[in-house]
Amino acid sequence: MLSGEIALVTGASRGIGRAILLALAAQGATVVGTATTEAGAAGITQALRDAGYVGGGLVLNVSDQTSVDALLAQMTAQFGAPTILVNNAGITRDNLLMRMKNDEWDAVIDTNLTSLYRLSKACLRGMTKARKGRIINITSVIGATGNAGQTNYAAAKAGMIGFSKALAREVGSRAITVNCIAPGFIDTDMTRALPEAQREGLLSSIPLGRLGQPEEIAGVVVFLASAAAAYITGETVHVNGGMHMG
Amino acid sequence: MSSVEERVRKIVIEQLSVKEEEVTPEASFVDDLGADSLDTVELVMALEEAFETEIPDEDAEKITTVQQAINYINAHKA
Ligand SMILES: NC(=O)c1ccc[n+]([C@@H]2O[C@H](COP(=O)([O-])OP(=O)(O)OC[C@H]3O[C@@H](n4cnc5c(N)ncnc54)[C@H](OP(=O)(O)O)[C@@H]3O)[C@@H](O)[C@H]2O)c1
Repeated sequence: MLSGEIALVTGASRGIGRAILLALAAQGATVVGTATTEAGAAGITQALRDAGYVGGGLVLNVSDQTSVDALLAQMTAQFGAPTILVNNAGITRDNLLMRMKNDEWDAVIDTNLTSLYRLSKACLRGMTKARKGRIINITSVIGATGNAGQTNYAAAKAGMIGFSKALAREVGSRAITVNCIAPGFIDTDMTRALPEAQREGLLSSIPLGRLGQPEEIAGVVVFLASAAAAYITGETVHVNGGMHMG
Repeated sequence: MSSVEERVRKIVIEQLSVKEEEVTPEASFVDDLGADSLDTVELVMALEEAFETEIPDEDAEKITTVQQAINYINAHKA
């Protein structure tokens, strides 16, 4: 379904990003997944090789412009310019606003939101030339609902949605679509870090009564990257077991 | 190597998908050749790439016709 496409997935060493990487590769795309460490990148390369997929792992720190430039240069030389960009890398630094530190605020805004500015800009030149492209941003249900202790994260995730709508308007004439996927609670390191009581509380607010699996996000990414979704742009797809109905 | 003029015209023809005869020296990218704002950004980027030069935003804004682009490149080429 995606043969001939070249996909870049940030934060593909584990969790949702890893599932997205493998799902795109399974559809025949050439894939590059990123990790923040050499060991993580090597792990991605190995996972792709084990599965018989085309692509590799490269190092990227989304909050460092030099790192973004180096990644794009290396990826383009080795695999070609990306036609699909999945901005998945993200972090949380939860704290009540009254206790939040500047570095907690800055790190979350930079890694989750400013990264879209850096990576989309870096990939757009190739996409506008090719007159096609897909940018898929992994935001969060928290960007739509808010959550106590996550003002930084909610601001960044809501910001991603506004960014995507504006960019969708800018590049629509080039057949480039820009969309968001807003996962609810997905079973990854990020949610495993939550206290047990909080996890229990969350489950009771989810009509489907369970956490989502990373593959259930990856499936939506594959759809948005495919020709079937060519007429969807500036949209946010909520995948959350019913905990928030948008 | 073809002249700057020929190369600039070729880039304009490719970027804006216009016919060769439309690309006269006085032709304005926006008014005569139908470029939108994204087209003009892409055109400047293509010129930068082809002539290995950087065109600052304030200069790019002043390049609105084919001849202006040719003049700019002639004045700034490496
Ligand atoms: N899990 C959920 O319930 C949930 C819900 C809604 C939205 N999301 C969003 O989904 C995305 C993925 O979440 P996840 O749960 O899969 O997270 P995760 O398991 O914590 O993985 C985070 C990924 O991001 C990478 N990363 C972190 N900081 C980075 C940086 N500065 N530069 C480049 N990469 C960086 C990590 O690389 P390393 O392995 O090298 O550290 C890792 O690959 C995030 O944007 C998150 O906000 C998750």
